[in-house]
Amino acid sequence: MPIQHLTDSIPATNGRQPTLLVQDLAFHYPDGHEALKGVSLQVAPGEKVALVGPNGAGKSTLMLHLNGLLQGKGVVAVSGLPVEKQNLPLIRSKVGIVFQNPDDQLFSPTVFEDVAFGPLHMGLPEADVRARVARALAQVGMAGFEQRLSHHLSLGQKKRVAIATVLSMDPEILVLDEPSAGLDPRSRRALINLLRDLPQTMLVSTHDMMLVYELFPRTVIMDEGVVVADGATQELLHDAALLEAHGLERPYLVTVTTAG
Amino acid sequence: MHINVFDHYHEQTTAVHRLDPRVKVVVVVLFILSNALLPDGVWLAYALMGLLIWLAARAANLSMGFLVKRSLIVLPFLLAAITIPFTLPGTTILTFHVGQHALSMSDAGLIRFISIMVRSWLSVLAAIGLTATTPFPDLLHALRHLHVPRVLIAIISFMYRYLFVLADEALRLLRARESRSARSLAGKGGGSIWWRAQVAGSMIGQLLLRSLERSDRVYNAMLARGYRGELLTMTTHEMTSRDWWVGATAVTLLLLIQVGGHTFL
Amino acid sequence: MFMNPIFADVLWLHVPDGFLSPGIAIFCWALALLAVGLAVRNARETFDERLVPLAGVMAAFIFAGQMINFPVAGGTSGHLVGASLAAIVLGPWLGILVMTAVISLQGLLFQDGGLLVMGANILAMGVIPALVTYGLYRLVVARAWRTRLIAVAAFAWLSVMAAALFVALGLGFSGTSSFRLAVPAMLGIHALIGVGEALITVAALSFIMRTRPTLLAESAEAGGKGWIVGGVIVTLLVLLLSPLASSFPDGLEWVAEENGFIHTALDAPYQLLPDYTIPFFGETALSTIIAGIVGALIVAGLTIGVVRLLRTRRHA
Ligand SMILES: Nc1ncnc2c1ncn2[C@@H]1O[C@H](COP(=O)(O)OP(=O)(O)OP(=O)(O)O)[C@@H](O)[C@H]1O
Ligand SMILES: [Mg+2]
Repeated sequence: MPIQHLTDSIPATNGRQPTLLVQDLAFHYPDGHEALKGVSLQVAPGEKVALVGPNGAGKSTLMLHLNGLLQGKGVVAVSGLPVEKQNLPLIRSKVGIVFQNPDDQLFSPTVFEDVAFGPLHMGLPEADVRARVARALAQVGMAGFEQRLSHHLSLGQKKRVAIATVLSMDPEILVLDEPSAGLDPRSRRALINLLRDLPQTMLVSTHDMMLVYELFPRTVIMDEGVVVADGATQELLHDAALLEAHGLERPYLVTVTTAG
Repeated sequence: MHINVFDHYHEQTTAVHRLDPRVKVVVVVLFILSNALLPDGVWLAYALMGLLIWLAARAANLSMGFLVKRSLIVLPFLLAAITIPFTLPGTTILTFHVGQHALSMSDAGLIRFISIMVRSWLSVLAAIGLTATTPFPDLLHALRHLHVPRVLIAIISFMYRYLFVLADEALRLLRARESRSARSLAGKGGGSIWWRAQVAGSMIGQLLLRSLERSDRVYNAMLARGYRGELLTMTTHEMTSRDWWVGATAVTLLLLIQVGGHTFL
Repeated sequence: MFMNPIFADVLWLHVPDGFLSPGIAIFCWALALLAVGLAVRNARETFDERLVPLAGVMAAFIFAGQMINFPVAGGTSGHLVGASLAAIVLGPWLGILVMTAVISLQGLLFQDGGLLVMGANILAMGVIPALVTYGLYRLVVARAWRTRLIAVAAFAWLSVMAAALFVALGLGFSGTSSFRLAVPAMLGIHALIGVGEALITVAALSFIMRTRPTLLAESAEAGGKGWIVGGVIVTLLVLLLSPLASSFPDGLEWVAEENGFIHTALDAPYQLLPDYTIPFFGETALSTIIAGIVGALIVAGLTIGVVRLLRTRRHA
């Protein structure tokens, strides 16, 4: 299949096109379970958005729609390009999804092969691929790990490499599913610093409210397949009733600062 | 928990480690083939083959102790050939009495038995040397360059990656079983055989379903990064003139030993 | 070594290098390549682009599954060999591919099974069990699940016996072992290993039948009717050969006869390979290899012919 070039296929943008546009998205799994019941969401270029909500809210399901791995009813568009079959190769190079479990994300024997997978399958020449691998690994602080075997990495290292595997594709938006789950405090801290330094637009699902508080100016709360709140993190985190209604906890620090 | 015992690669930077993996694969396969082609009882030829291994092991900074220890894996199979000294016709050199039965060992049989053992052992040593000096991913690259079908290599490479993940999962299941049934710690286990088999079978069934789900997630992760049915790979190795020379020399030596083994050794 | 307890019971089907004559090893390689080639083609048709991750992860599963043992009696334990389970749950073609990956990796990475003899190992632990278990399983697919499970127990056991017989024959014809002893010994040992495989396969299957019955419905149709024929033929051969094989003339004589035959065949009317009498090369070695290749080509030709014939029949 020929690789389309960015310039050919992007429709003319009128001013500030949202990087991500989701409108009335509904989806049910083959077993009939309705996981998304009309989700609407916009993410502007450069924005960093947290996506929170209890287990089973539909966060992961929503993420799978952003690059067409699942296709439900409604509209999903990335930088104005609708997520449809003929656009998928391009869409997938624009949306870098990092799945929750790095053992699913890292499917190649060596770190190099994994980080090279994306750019290679985008049809880039080998020299470019090498350059991108080097850059992506440097970005996540894993330079020099190219020949390491993925199964010899610690969980924290795996998560970093998993992020590098999509950074090497130079995506317009990074979509991370529970990036801090299972990390020890130091790896978690390193991950937070990494995410803070990355310039990309981000949509990050998490149960880690401290992470939300520290990194994301805006938060979207999902529950039972719909968006129940969308606004400034500061405000949402102070709305105790809202948080409680959706099984979320206010981070300790926020509680302290509010009280004091 | 990591299962690193599966990896027998010894990280070093010797000349053997740096050799192009294609050369190593071809030489080792030819070594094993010519080993199999040597006739029985050409001890000098076997010794020369062993010498090649010893030289390669020295150059690779591998201890013979390590090679020999790992090679014991073929030991049980020795039993498969144990009957040969007693069944092959030849001059009787030894007779055992077992009750009223007499077992006589023939010279030809003994020579053949020892030859089989030595040849098999040399082959295993060579194969161990290959995996000890070549990271497994490089081995796969070599096979790909040598035109082994891509699909197979890709499958083996995925298997290699998930071996560790699933073995960890299996160990967790085993540990959970152990902690739940104190009796099985003694190695006997409670219940009837069928009950015990059912416990193990359910664990395997569970592992199977989880593995199927995992393969779906892995497939999704591949699609997300642009996979469209064809796995692309990069050319990771270039043959240098040194690689060619080493390969040619090794093949020549093997040929000489082979010729010698069939004529005058 | 850490590995040994895991594989001790399966080890006997992993023939190391040196135990099969080069001719037989290469002959088996040719057959195995043919089978694996067909398996790749058919599995690709079914699974398309998901074939690689699916087969790779499932091969890793078989490997991990072999670690899960259960105590049988007297300090021995039952293990999964895996070929029967793979053939029934994944279908015969994917099953063969998965077992091929398992055997290749065990040979390449752990020297558990040789390289030159890998073809024979693939036949013994991949192709033959797929034929026996899946071929016969097709006969009982429509039955009640209890009947099916009991039948699978028998088939899984039989498939291990078939593999054992195949290895014993290979050892015998290679002159590595005497038929008189190798056949009963291999069959005897594997009668026990087969019980472990049968129990654990059935237990795993019954778990899957309870939790994900659709899976088995899909895979049951994964192979054509030809599998039934193949399964029945292999089974009949096993039943026929098991008692007979121990009275075969011993291997070295057989190899000698084979060589003599090839020799005259080559010398007489056609000179297939004019310079095959390169002075240095022992005639035995080269002629054995040629025997292997010629034999493999003939069998491959026959198989392809039969497959073609069946195809055109079906399309006509
Ligand atoms: N493959 C599937 N088949 C059927 N139902 C599914 C499948 N995957 C998820 N679901 C269901 O869809 C709903 C949404 O699941 P999803 O994984 O999107 O939730 P989530 O918000 O990511 O939860 P978590 O925080 O636990 O990751 C859940 O009720 C889940 O049980
Ligand atoms: Mg989720």
